[in-house]
Amino acid sequence: MADLPDASTSYELLARMALIRRFEEEAGRQYQRAKAGGFLHLAIGEEATIVGTTSVMREEDYLIGTYRTHGHAIARGTDPKRVMAELFGRVDGTSGGRGGSMHIFDAERRFMGGYGIVGGNLPIAAGLALSSDFKGEDAVTVCMFGDGASNAGNFGETMNLAALWSLPILFLVENNLYGMGTAVERHSAQTDLSAKAEGYGIPGRRIDGMDVLAVRESVAEGVRLAREERRPTLIEAFTYRYRGHSAADPEVYREREEVEEWRQKDPIESFGRRCIEAGVLGERELQEVRDKAEATVLAAVEFAEASEEPPLDTLYENLYVLDSDAWYAVDERSPEPHRGEHESEMPDAARELAEAGAAYAEQPDDGPRPNPAVDGDAELGVEPEVAEEVEDIVPPAQQRRGES
Amino acid sequence: MREALRDAMAEEMRRDEAVLVMGEDVAVFQGAFKVTEGLLGEFGERRVRDTPISENTIVGAGVGAAMGGLRPVVELMTVNFSLLALDQIINHAAAIPYMFNGQARVPMVVRMPGGGGHQLGPTHSHSFEALFLQVPGLLVACPSTPADGKALLKTAIRDDNPVIFIEHESLYGARGEVPDNDETLRFGEAAVRREGGDVTIVGILKMAHTAADAAQTLADEHGVEAEVIDPRTLRPLDLDTILESVRKTNRAVIVEEGWPHGGVGANLATLITEQAFDYLDAPVQRVTGADVHMPYSRRLEQAAIPHEEHVVKAALAALEGSI
Repeated sequence: MADLPDASTSYELLARMALIRRFEEEAGRQYQRAKAGGFLHLAIGEEATIVGTTSVMREEDYLIGTYRTHGHAIARGTDPKRVMAELFGRVDGTSGGRGGSMHIFDAERRFMGGYGIVGGNLPIAAGLALSSDFKGEDAVTVCMFGDGASNAGNFGETMNLAALWSLPILFLVENNLYGMGTAVERHSAQTDLSAKAEGYGIPGRRIDGMDVLAVRESVAEGVRLAREERRPTLIEAFTYRYRGHSAADPEVYREREEVEEWRQKDPIESFGRRCIEAGVLGERELQEVRDKAEATVLAAVEFAEASEEPPLDTLYENLYVLDSDAWYAVDERSPEPHRGEHESEMPDAARELAEAGAAYAEQPDDGPRPNPAVDGDAELGVEPEVAEEVEDIVPPAQQRRGES
Repeated sequence: MREALRDAMAEEMRRDEAVLVMGEDVAVFQGAFKVTEGLLGEFGERRVRDTPISENTIVGAGVGAAMGGLRPVVELMTVNFSLLALDQIINHAAAIPYMFNGQARVPMVVRMPGGGGHQLGPTHSHSFEALFLQVPGLLVACPSTPADGKALLKTAIRDDNPVIFIEHESLYGARGEVPDNDETLRFGEAAVRREGGDVTIVGILKMAHTAADAAQTLADEHGVEAEVIDPRTLRPLDLDTILESVRKTNRAVIVEEGWPHGGVGANLATLITEQAFDYLDAPVQRVTGADVHMPYSRRLEQAAIPHEEHVVKAALAALEGSI
């Protein structure tokens, strides 16, 4: 077992993990309040893998992840307010409300996204590593992805390229045992994911992703190999999400006991306990960590609530890097087509229709938002028999709210 | 054409250290169509990179490299193989600047040759201009002359947006004056290849030449003066030049090699109809490739590709009753 670091480092690790936990809990709550939309993938239970990794990265290193990366951005130093505002789809969000939960991004902290396509981030990670290497820079790219992504074509392609070009990159599989609802042994012929890249010349190792210190130690070594020896390696971190794949997940594929079992290994509780037992931190500090997380997250919600909705005339902004008066997009939403770049000067008919369209965004109240994965759009009509089937697998809590 | 394209890359690589070329067989083999010939010798393996046959990852690595500050020119051996990279092209390269709200740029060029006519059959003869044209976030260039090829490729490399640069395999041997200078060509500036007042013919890539040939025949044999326009880039599109011409001729024919449904011509016909309906004296005519997978048989293949005769017929149809 790795030694405990000094008090301030231990405090920081604990504080980051607790903040992410509290943030994710609140994100889930806000989703139920219909403040956040779309799909919501929470990383509750996976905090040690995230924080252990980022805690040994340098500022100039790149981190790139999946659609479950609110915590990754926060661990990199992104203000939770801006992550929450993104979940709310507001202008102060990390992507100004264009990306949403699955597409968090913070260029300043070299958190290079948030990607909604499983395995889509792998080649991009190789490209980022190539850019550092090409420029003779020291930066390392850490590429995190789930167990499911190890089956995507990009996995093999990227492993091959990274090894072939000796890229300064570390691959980290956040193995939470399920690709959505399909268990590893049901989705991967080779269940030892750390071995999956060996044939490409990328050695792997398996670690306890619930132990923040084990993650730190292992990632530090992987990052060193990438930085100093240009040797890409792969780490398979065993972790677990206590919540479903997304908020749309009725969790029919796993037993409650299994979740409970993993909760016993909770990364935050176990690390906190260890710090106390070793006398590195006291109960007072643990309470302080919790209080601070609470305050930060509540402030984030307040900030997100207060942040403006994106103005309608910014619809086409940042679609292109524009060169003088060139126009690249045509807006055909109204009988008066106009150039997308001229959205701020859109004709009256277009503006009226844009506002009419935006009016559909209004929620009747703070009630739960229909779940996009299991609920149809009531107004468009769901076939009754489908609705009944869905009801069967919706968790009782949601049924009570009449969400199905 | 191929030398013009190579010169464009070489000049940009000399000008900007951040430009690199990567793709299947672009280095040691000197390019499947020899477009990258000589680049490895001048710039070395760091900047001219052979890649494995992993299209999605080649383009994805280009996306990441571009986000990291480089200016990659990615060669896909043919347009057909771009289908294996559509996830990176559409979900990533095109979406990233927008979905991350301008925090990242993807200044990458993806070059790909396509088109039919070489008996390469259903999987090696595609024309996907319309497919890429459809995607917001991408720019689409489709040069038909060596001079345009060079100037547009230089512009594409300097542009901060992802550019799909479509080349036509039949045009690689095309000859023409190419200025030996640093000339670039702004995207979104159509070329009027021939002036005329009777009918506007818009053609892209190889069909720009077919359109010009047809215009000559129309003049020689039918006394019809066609105005021939080569848009050169489809996004941005120089619609103004096309509309101006249509307002003058009151008739339009659009020629492309791709499939008819949802094609370049379908799109342009709509734009013309929306914005110049009052000027039209006849329905906009489209000349497209046949709505089939490209057959191997030389006879069937040639029957599936638009030729001069098709364009002449379409122009005469647009002029029916007025000549």
